[in-house]
Amino acid sequence: MTKASEIHLKNVSKNFGSVAAVDQVDLIIDAGSYCCMIGPSGCGKTTLLRMIAGHETPTAGSVLIGGKDMSAVRTGERGTALMFQNYALFPHLNLVDNVAFSLKVKKIGAAERLERGREMLDRVQLLHLADRHPSELSGGQQQRVALARALITKPQVLLLDEPLSALDEFLRLQMRVELKRLQKELGITFVHVTHTQPEAIALADKVIVMDHGVIEQAASPREIYDRPHSPYIAQFMGGQNIISGTVTSVGKEEVKLEDAEGNIFVVTNASDARKGDTLNIAIRRDKISVSSDARKGENSLVGEITNIEYQGTFVKMSIAYAPQGEFVIYLDDEEYFAEIRQVGEIVCAHWDSQLNYRMAGTKKSSGNPLE
Amino acid sequence: MAHSSQAKRGLTFYLLAGFFGLFVAFLYGPMLIIFILSFQGENGGLTFPMRGVSVHWFSDLFTSSRYGDLGGALKRSLILGVASMIITGIVCLFAGLAFRRKFVGAGALFYLSIISLVIPGILLGLGIGQLFQILGLRLHWFTSGLGAQLTWTLPFGLLIMFAVLNRFDPSWEEAGRDAGANAWQVLKWVTIPILFPGLIAVSLFGFTLSYDEMPRSLLTVGAQNTLPIEISNMTSNVTTPALYAIGTVTSVLSFTAIGVAFFLIFSIQKNRAGKKR
Repeated sequence: MTKASEIHLKNVSKNFGSVAAVDQVDLIIDAGSYCCMIGPSGCGKTTLLRMIAGHETPTAGSVLIGGKDMSAVRTGERGTALMFQNYALFPHLNLVDNVAFSLKVKKIGAAERLERGREMLDRVQLLHLADRHPSELSGGQQQRVALARALITKPQVLLLDEPLSALDEFLRLQMRVELKRLQKELGITFVHVTHTQPEAIALADKVIVMDHGVIEQAASPREIYDRPHSPYIAQFMGGQNIISGTVTSVGKEEVKLEDAEGNIFVVTNASDARKGDTLNIAIRRDKISVSSDARKGENSLVGEITNIEYQGTFVKMSIAYAPQGEFVIYLDDEEYFAEIRQVGEIVCAHWDSQLNYRMAGTKKSSGNPLE
Repeated sequence: MAHSSQAKRGLTFYLLAGFFGLFVAFLYGPMLIIFILSFQGENGGLTFPMRGVSVHWFSDLFTSSRYGDLGGALKRSLILGVASMIITGIVCLFAGLAFRRKFVGAGALFYLSIISLVIPGILLGLGIGQLFQILGLRLHWFTSGLGAQLTWTLPFGLLIMFAVLNRFDPSWEEAGRDAGANAWQVLKWVTIPILFPGLIAVSLFGFTLSYDEMPRSLLTVGAQNTLPIEISNMTSNVTTPALYAIGTVTSVLSFTAIGVAFFLIFSIQKNRAGKKR
């Protein structure tokens, strides 16, 4: 993959008045990778994207693309192309002229503009609408025109600002596949801002979770989902239960944690913890078993079922757990229907101690946990 | 649907409809009467009844020397109208774009420009006249006169420009910059073309507001009158239906200007919407 499309953010900050939208962000986005930036609204992800494109100037720090400092390079000459959230297609131009706009800027002759514009429209399967104006298109078609207009500049980096948010669910899943395929085919860097977790996990080589202008975790989707850095990440990405407790004993391989209700959990990845420390652990919701016996062993909880929701491939069961409000279990549908339970029943949830993942970060949920 | 709403029409509907009818009659009645009376027969007077129908008073208008410098006044008013139209369009475009940025003193500047809409026009004209005298400049319809009219058309145009810009999405300009366009190219290929229908509306107001402007012009045009002043003078010494003929001619000119502008806006928007199949 070409090194020219590596993005390096060096200590980048952006203040709007006294508000720090982006606060000292250090990040390398590998050349030719698909990177998703995710976080609640106002977390700074869009500002970061706009600084890469040059639509915003960093208050401090610098943006490097392909190893070159972009401070003095203006928008449109950075090898980046931005696809706007509302597509921002020019209402006064037909589709060919929209797509070929950047060629007009480069003073390329009308005949070649037309040819290359039509070629690009053909790539997004809209050649038959070449003479139409944007107002005549559906949302999905407009999105493809916006994509064609961005790609005709042959960018090293394609920046996408919530590209799928205006589409309906069906089209969104379809375009998601399309984007990933396109990125593989072009081999350039994609930076995609989204607020939808499944989108980020499905698309990205690297997911960057932001909150209040800082990067809380930047890692592969698997790691983000499976090994969240902090309770905030676990809650924002979903799929995890969070338990806080105090270390009661420290063994050679493991520490024991006691929560507010006196339940004991065995944690194996917290060798640095000392007695009396407060630890946060995450437990995958889909790896927990439920039984009727009210025994209280290690790594188990007993509680009343507060809700049962059928989800198609699995069943979501909530158990009352006072410290967090609820403890959620995703049960395999076959397993659940072998022994149907009712709301109000007292059950015991138990799991293997390997599932207790101790989170190093301490940041709690700030935005709205989208679950 | 029409049937069901008819069934519910009560007394209030007819009262309000009657009131609306009166309002419309009050609005267009006088104009209509002037149109009709301008075709008064050769021996007819300023009032009904019509003594025959003719275009005598129109030809009288252009041939007789009784009416002073009517042709010159019309010419001056048209020149002033076009000059106001162009200046209003250009100034309001850039002023509107500037006000999008919250520059220091933007609020104060806005209120200052609105003040000249509020001040009585005749006082403003008087002030401009005095200023020219102090500066030792001679009043002339194309200098002090044009300036006085601009104090009326510019703030008005600016307010319309704000409404036009309200529907303008700045991300269009960003998309232009993203494609590599510099500030001038963005203005030329993105901002102005998208705003163009709105700019026609702003310019049109510049024309019509100038064309029939009187209180500000009265004391600032100097020796040669504009059309509204000339007509105003005529009302006191001309007693023939030629007065109505001039009303008809100027109205037709105004309507033509508006018609052309609307046609332009309409055809641009139709072109943008494309040809629906």
